[in-house]
Amino acid sequence: MPAHDVLIIGAGLAGQRAALAAAQSGATVAIMSKVHPVRSHSVAAAGGINAAISVDDDWRSHAYDTVKGSDYLGDQDAIEVMCSEAPAEVMHLEHMGVTFHRNEAGEMDLRAFGGASLKRTAYVADITGQALLHVLYEQLMKHHESVERFEEWFTTSLLLDEEGRCAGVIARDVRTGRMEAFTAKNVILACGGAGQVYKPTTNGLIVTGDGIAMAYRAGAPLMDMEMVQYHPTCLVETGILITEGARGEGAHLLNSGGERFMEKSAPNKMELASRDVVSRAEQIEINEGRGVGPGGAGIFLDVTVVPRKRTLEALREIVNLGRDFAGVDITREPIMIRPGQHYIMGGVKTDVDGRTPIEGLYAAGEVACVSVHGGNRLGANSLLDTLIFGRRSGEHAAARAASMGMPKIDTLPALRSDAERIDAIISRPHEGRRVSEIKTELGEMMNQHAAVFRDEAGLQSALETIGRLREEADRAWIDDRGTVFNQDVLGALELGFLIDCAEATVVAAIERKESRGAQYRTDYPERDDAEWLKHIEVALGPDGPAVSYSAVTITQWEPEERKY
Amino acid sequence: MAEAHDRPPESFTLRLRRYDPESGEAPYWDEHTVELEPHRSVLEAILQARDRFDGSIGIRCSCRQAICGSCGVRVNGEPALACHTHLDAARTSAGTEGVIEIEPMGNMPVIKDLIVDMDAVHWKKVQRVTPWLLAKEPVPEREYLVSKESMVDVTQTMACIQCGACVSDCLAMEVDPGFIGPAALAKAYRFVGDPRDDEQRERLTDLAQDPHGIFDCTHCFKCVEACPKDVNPMGQIMRLRRIATSDQHIKDHNNGKRHEAAFTTLIKDNGLLWEAELLPRSYGGNSWFGKFAPSAGKELLSSLPAILKALVRGKVTPAGALKPHKIPREDLKAVQGIYEKVEGREQRYELNLYVTASDEEVSGNGASAAATGAPPSPAGEEPSAVAPPPVDPGPPSAAGPEGESAQVGAGEDAEPPTGAHADENSQEGDDS
Repeated sequence: MPAHDVLIIGAGLAGQRAALAAAQSGATVAIMSKVHPVRSHSVAAAGGINAAISVDDDWRSHAYDTVKGSDYLGDQDAIEVMCSEAPAEVMHLEHMGVTFHRNEAGEMDLRAFGGASLKRTAYVADITGQALLHVLYEQLMKHHESVERFEEWFTTSLLLDEEGRCAGVIARDVRTGRMEAFTAKNVILACGGAGQVYKPTTNGLIVTGDGIAMAYRAGAPLMDMEMVQYHPTCLVETGILITEGARGEGAHLLNSGGERFMEKSAPNKMELASRDVVSRAEQIEINEGRGVGPGGAGIFLDVTVVPRKRTLEALREIVNLGRDFAGVDITREPIMIRPGQHYIMGGVKTDVDGRTPIEGLYAAGEVACVSVHGGNRLGANSLLDTLIFGRRSGEHAAARAASMGMPKIDTLPALRSDAERIDAIISRPHEGRRVSEIKTELGEMMNQHAAVFRDEAGLQSALETIGRLREEADRAWIDDRGTVFNQDVLGALELGFLIDCAEATVVAAIERKESRGAQYRTDYPERDDAEWLKHIEVALGPDGPAVSYSAVTITQWEPEERKY
Repeated sequence: MAEAHDRPPESFTLRLRRYDPESGEAPYWDEHTVELEPHRSVLEAILQARDRFDGSIGIRCSCRQAICGSCGVRVNGEPALACHTHLDAARTSAGTEGVIEIEPMGNMPVIKDLIVDMDAVHWKKVQRVTPWLLAKEPVPEREYLVSKESMVDVTQTMACIQCGACVSDCLAMEVDPGFIGPAALAKAYRFVGDPRDDEQRERLTDLAQDPHGIFDCTHCFKCVEACPKDVNPMGQIMRLRRIATSDQHIKDHNNGKRHEAAFTTLIKDNGLLWEAELLPRSYGGNSWFGKFAPSAGKELLSSLPAILKALVRGKVTPAGALKPHKIPREDLKAVQGIYEKVEGREQRYELNLYVTASDEEVSGNGASAAATGAPPSPAGEEPSAVAPPPVDPGPPSAAGPEGESAQVGAGEDAEPPTGAHADENSQEGDDS
């Protein structure tokens, strides 16, 4: 039976960075992912990574922008950690081999990004996430002797010992269907967000909230789950993301009258206001009949104002996306976009070392909520978040492992229970609904009721629907009865994870009776610091989700009105 | 743009290659008909079939936007990303019935349905090229200072998503499964071309000396066509060769360098290839005397059966083989003119898709937009909307991309640019 000091679930940026850090600290390390590491959704991050590396910049300015972007819900101690450590981390990645774009002097070039007070975003064309992810994977290949890789292994649950400490996981080898118990002194969850709760979403099909749901089921509290980011520029039909880098390079947003409508809500920052502000402004244009395209459901993103050479060099990926997925040459004509689900600010509650309230369980990246993003994440802060807190989790877990023995735990009951659970799904009779039907209904429903604008009635109906879908999911059937690459049965497990995440999101959104960051309640349109300057936590109690509150940490920046 | 969104769903029939390793049965074809708009992707069609009819259809997929590299398959016999292939295009390239055939990629063992074992082939080969930066010492406190062009240059190979489409249809790999192959060699260029790497020469020597290395590629262009990300793997392999031979003067025992020199010299001298002279020179050195070298003699001797067979079948005549082919004098001059032009350059031109368009065109466009401040037209949408006239991107000038491509087309190896970007080539800076 495999046993490691540190076992990492998920091999995107946070997971790989954690693995390298833990191995460097001398721990025995394994990294497990349900897909090959370079397929992880970090690969899709386009625009860049924020760090105050310019001589004109200061990490405090970065931190302030982040606090303001979060609508003051971010914990300022955590934000200080992230922003102050950013420059060294970015340099470390550069030394590792990331091909950051350079300026004429040969230094790293920086581009403008939403909500930032100056150019602070380092980038590799518009494939920054891919470049970072592939370079980290190069390092995993280099250090293959000190980091054991379990690629295409699906984690089904967390193992807890009698004292409630995390002592490993149960997982299924996707390729053979074999179930295995992995013992570990520490488990780091780094398996991403839950974008597939929504349909459409910019997130890949693999982003199904596995880690969030597994931690929640193990008793860990989730925090800020109501904060769901809608990215302002997604293709109308498919929801595919057009990077914020486009606006960073100067692209405009236009309504049907050809008007740069951002003037109304963000006269200073215009298109580069924070994402919640821009998405809301777009949705207002669409709702009030000033949208473009069929049904007026879109907004024009005009990249033609960016010099063509610059677009081809620095925004190459979206030139291709426009051509291949919308039939538009973005260097010659505007492209139709709309807001779309993109990121969840919430996740498993952690401290700045990635520790969750469950001993031995860490979380980093989108699965976690430190909380550095609060009510709204700034563009190019997510890559930074994954790397900083991935590394810190890896280091902390390795240090903890050095002072303890391997947990003694009888893994057989959990192993057997998960294997039986899977067998039961496979042998369900073909009655009721298909897994795929339920998943589609969930996604479309969430995109209707838990989107840019929300209200009590919509959220309550969402909660009701989720209850029904949960019952249906418990009986939903699949076709594949095999063991080799049975993606069908994994889809059924993922649906269960998605429903848990959706429920926590809606419960928290109902709870927060104000508008802050990404949560805009039409029935409570104002921010209410007196009542709601606090985190909402959702934990799984005996009767389902239970809500509690925790304080927001404020160090240097008192809440003030947010203007862009 | 308007049309793309207005087209109603149509029926598409997919014929999927299925294989269930647990059944003990051979692979078989499985047909499903789906309803989707014609500009939707083959992946969406497969997923619809999976969601509605048969959840056991196996395919790796995630991002749906050609960045995660999971869904490499063969569509109508050609390697592609399923998410990156439009249904209408796939139906056009299908057989007469318009049934879209989807199979797993080639050159890799099939695990189930459309899922292949990439670890057994692709990733093993990537691991072979020491795929990590061997950074120059001392490591600077801040970033390495390197030219902008050098980073943009290696970004083209950094853009590889490791989907395996090029590996799937590499003809050289089909013949020699040991060939390191297009994806891994493109990855190798990413380090050789990176000025921060300290072991350029060691890497090149390694790849030149490996009998399955850079000289194993046969220039078939399959990988260039297959690549969904314009990485141009063959182009990267050729660059590795050029740096290994022309810049680093690495003499490999695969005769790669000598073969290349013999090839280019024969064309320069005769305008056409002189096959009978090529082989001995590749072994014995690039001169008429090459054939008297022992290694050339040995190779000639071992090739005798093939030569005799060709003679017997009338494919070659002794006179035709022993004398160079003739072309008209003015044609030969034109060919030699290319050599003069290319060899006369101070710096080599290299193809790079990330460096594009000319500055003149660009400043023209930017200026006109800024000057008028006019938002672009909503491109045919909503005629009632009061929209100012569109920004004219300006006519393609002589200095535009078309003019430039002609210049680059005459580049050193006369490499044709990859299909979609024939008009977007430009030069690239020093490799070092």
